[in-house]
Amino acid sequence: MSNERQTKIATQFIGAIPYSRTLGMTLTEIGDGRATITMPYDDRLVGDPETGVIAGGAVSALMDTCAGAAVMVHESQPIGTATLDLRIDYMRPAKPGDMISAIAECYHVTRSVAFVRVTATDADESRPVATATGAFTIQTAKAAE
Amino acid sequence: MKRPEPVQAVKQRRDAALQSLLEGVPYIQFMGFRFDRRGDELTGVMPYQDMLIGNPMLPALHGGATAAFLETTAIVELSWAMMWNRMEAGEDVTGLRLPKTIDFTVDYLRTGLPRDAYARATVNRSGRRYASVHVEAWQDNRTRLFAQATGHFLMPSIDD
Repeated sequence: MSNERQTKIATQFIGAIPYSRTLGMTLTEIGDGRATITMPYDDRLVGDPETGVIAGGAVSALMDTCAGAAVMVHESQPIGTATLDLRIDYMRPAKPGDMISAIAECYHVTRSVAFVRVTATDADESRPVATATGAFTIQTAKAAE
Repeated sequence: MKRPEPVQAVKQRRDAALQSLLEGVPYIQFMGFRFDRRGDELTGVMPYQDMLIGNPMLPALHGGATAAFLETTAIVELSWAMMWNRMEAGEDVTGLRLPKTIDFTVDYLRTGLPRDAYARATVNRSGRRYASVHVEAWQDNRTRLFAQATGHFLMPSIDD
């Protein structure tokens, strides 16, 4: 894939997705079926008022976006993708105040489906906050309805 | 026979308990989630907002917004089921700890359309430590689900 296409996708990706933009996501690395996206800590996204821990739902959104970004830059060059299913395991609460980073990798892609793994961490990158696996549709120009 | 409680007192108690549960969670307020109550049955509502879009070309709801809606509905249903008996016994149920998500699997069945979405959760198993909850979400037709999910939750310990 050309660097030009990757850079274009990287800069346009988050800006074009209202929900990801609303949550303040930033795409930091992208290419060859991999993507890294960060999401800053935000008081509005707290799910447990007692501890100040970010809601699982916001972490899900980050992981879903990151997985979708990884699919979009796979060498098969899909023109679109949608989540078929996503399973998220929450290992530990993210530290309140920390930015959350998600790294996604398409580990297998067929003509119609991409299988993706995602790991999310806070400042302590040695212990994941959450991991996810998902299946995503591959929409190609030829198959477009 | 004991006289039944006045209907207004019953409604006021239940609505206040539900309200305190929802108001305590910033993310529920941020997303604008509401819960309609009929007796003990809750229906989650995700009112449409432009910020919920994930694919502006279609347009379609963001899978992450849908996941968040389903997970919130599961947690609220589980908390509500947990507090019901104590609430009905007249105990103070404000400030109870929330269950924590262990895992959550979302099955995306149809494109989420740019309009309101509804969800109902069923607690399939609730033990002292773990619970398993299934959630279904729809938009225009109750029988045409656009997403469903199953999750496992760690229950707050009673002594905390």
